[in-house]
Amino acid sequence: MSDTVIKVENLSKMYLLSHQQQERYGSFRDLLANKTKNLFHSGRKVLSSPFALQHPPVELPPQEEFWALKDVSFEIKQGDRVGIIGRNGAGKSTLLKILSRITEPTSGRIEINGRVASLLEVGTGFHPELTGRENIFLNGAILGMGRNEIKRKFDEIVDFAEVERFLDTPVKRYSSGMYVRLAFAVAAHLEPEILVVDEVLAVGDAQFQKKCIGKMEDVSTKEGRTVFFVSHNMGSIRQLCHSGILLDHGKIVCIGSASSVISVYEKSWTGVNRGVWINEELITKGVRIEQIKISGMDGDSRSHFLNSDTVKITFWIKAIEATTNVKIGFDLIKEGTIAFRTEQVDTLKKKDFVKDEECILSCQIPQWFLNSGEYYLRPLISVHCVESLTRQDAPVLSFTVSVDPQRSEFHSVINDTNHPGALFPMLDWKGE
Amino acid sequence: MAEKLIIEAGRTERHYWADIWRYRELFYFLSWRDILVRYKQTAIGIAWSVLRPLLTMLVFTIVFGKLAKLPSGGAPYPILVYAAMLPWQFFANSLSESSNSLITNANMLSKVYFPRIVVPASAVIVSLVDFFISFAILVVLMIWYRYLPDWRIVTLPLFTLMAFFASFGAGLWLAALNVKYRDFRYIVPFIVQFGLYISPVGFSSSVVPEKWRMLYSFNPMVGVIDGFRWAILGEKSGIYLPGFWLSCAVTLLVCILGVRYFRTTERKLADII
Repeated sequence: MSDTVIKVENLSKMYLLSHQQQERYGSFRDLLANKTKNLFHSGRKVLSSPFALQHPPVELPPQEEFWALKDVSFEIKQGDRVGIIGRNGAGKSTLLKILSRITEPTSGRIEINGRVASLLEVGTGFHPELTGRENIFLNGAILGMGRNEIKRKFDEIVDFAEVERFLDTPVKRYSSGMYVRLAFAVAAHLEPEILVVDEVLAVGDAQFQKKCIGKMEDVSTKEGRTVFFVSHNMGSIRQLCHSGILLDHGKIVCIGSASSVISVYEKSWTGVNRGVWINEELITKGVRIEQIKISGMDGDSRSHFLNSDTVKITFWIKAIEATTNVKIGFDLIKEGTIAFRTEQVDTLKKKDFVKDEECILSCQIPQWFLNSGEYYLRPLISVHCVESLTRQDAPVLSFTVSVDPQRSEFHSVINDTNHPGALFPMLDWKGE
Repeated sequence: MAEKLIIEAGRTERHYWADIWRYRELFYFLSWRDILVRYKQTAIGIAWSVLRPLLTMLVFTIVFGKLAKLPSGGAPYPILVYAAMLPWQFFANSLSESSNSLITNANMLSKVYFPRIVVPASAVIVSLVDFFISFAILVVLMIWYRYLPDWRIVTLPLFTLMAFFASFGAGLWLAALNVKYRDFRYIVPFIVQFGLYISPVGFSSSVVPEKWRMLYSFNPMVGVIDGFRWAILGEKSGIYLPGFWLSCAVTLLVCILGVRYFRTTERKLADII
């Protein structure tokens, strides 16, 4: 079951940017004016506006080519869940639009095996005056479902959306949450071989988002569907996708496993390293940190953890000259404040180095200790009570933690960005 | 297993007509939606589609029949007017609805794929439903005037079809143009208003001098309306055959050109709308 379902070859899409102050759709007046101008054009200068004197005409071509996608090629196998990431304007949406045949490519070729359903926006074609029931049918038809197919799944859709009571209310009276739930429910029950989803999970509450991701996972693992997913939420991409494509300025930067692509993306975004930091600063005396790695227990460098994971931090240290009483450690910073500081002297003896000695030190941040969010690591190295040997005042590494909803009933429903505090230790509560 | 789809520049062409068949359900639902939505939150609802042609008919009967005293060829003037009113209202409604249809559904067009021709087509269908409702009034009028049509009435579906093609072709054309040049938002109401007077709605086309009738028939609605009158009123309304064929040819031409133009615009639609 791993045949190619989508094959994209040298796909490009060009838009013409017009440099005249003009709306995208032409106006008949302009057309007529231009035609007439051409007709009577006799080499004479047309009446110029007073502004033309102040701003001598810049030699801009009237139209400029803009390549929203340029020579993009990749292949997707059946059952893959592919996350497409990139900054705004990287070409993600254009790619999805071409895949779902809303717009034509300028050049290149795509081969698709199977039915494509695209969900570029929830509630496309919902009509505010119609009732929930009517909109289910309408929206289903717009997304490509047949009437019988919708009838068959009607109860399931209503169930998923949790809107039974409001089925016969016009959707214009729905709360925005209900609206989105209903819209997603219809889309989630599509049965295409390939599902194209754009950023739709940005709406709805945390619980519903989880439900949606779960549904998409189901769709892909149980039924072997292929899912294309665009999101700016790295959390959902990591959760849903196993592979990723990073786009920038219409070109593919890298293709690979979701986590590796995400770390490349985040590196380019924050400027702070993810996973591994290699010290490029040259220090001519004392001791220097060569490299720091953040990893899971398996030793592979990572930048995303659940709070149920143990985070291992490893230091590679080299002495340039003999130094005694060396303290090595780091500050863990969250939202600009130090969550904690730890040094090897907390549990080990102070380290004495001979010249050219190398050593590896590591420590582990236990599970059920960190809160969700972004943590930054600032390395520390000093000679006890004498001097700091690091010139790094800024954090050099960062990683992300999400709350693992498995821990308790409660954590499965909280919005995981909501828990306050730099840390989130799970203390042993007992009834006495 | 699944069918293979190839996307290439300029390639959409090939699946097109098959796709229309596949999306027939959508076609049905869009028409259904527009019909449902049309009279939501109105006090008298569907009665509007009866009231509008009825009032227009009254005004025309009074102005052209009673005040201007134009000839009706023996038929009751209200029936003469109403027989023309029916196709004209259908044409006018579908023209204005379908020319705006792409823009009002812009959001959908830029988010989902389906053959775009479905949108203006369903707008025409909605007007067709109105047409059938207003048709009931004609029946009432005929009973009121004790007027019995002859065998020609069975040809009425043919002329209805002709009206359909004329509105569909012109509607497609205007819809596509409207996407590109929003000026057509203002042009279409003007066409509709103007057309009411240059088509033989309020008067019989026999009023037009013989030498101008050929030229007059370049208006496709002249053929349609003459056909309607011929089918409903019988020989009392002399049909001008060469003119009728000319109207047919113009209708066909409009339809073909409309579809063509729509198809070329359609490809760029999502980018320019």
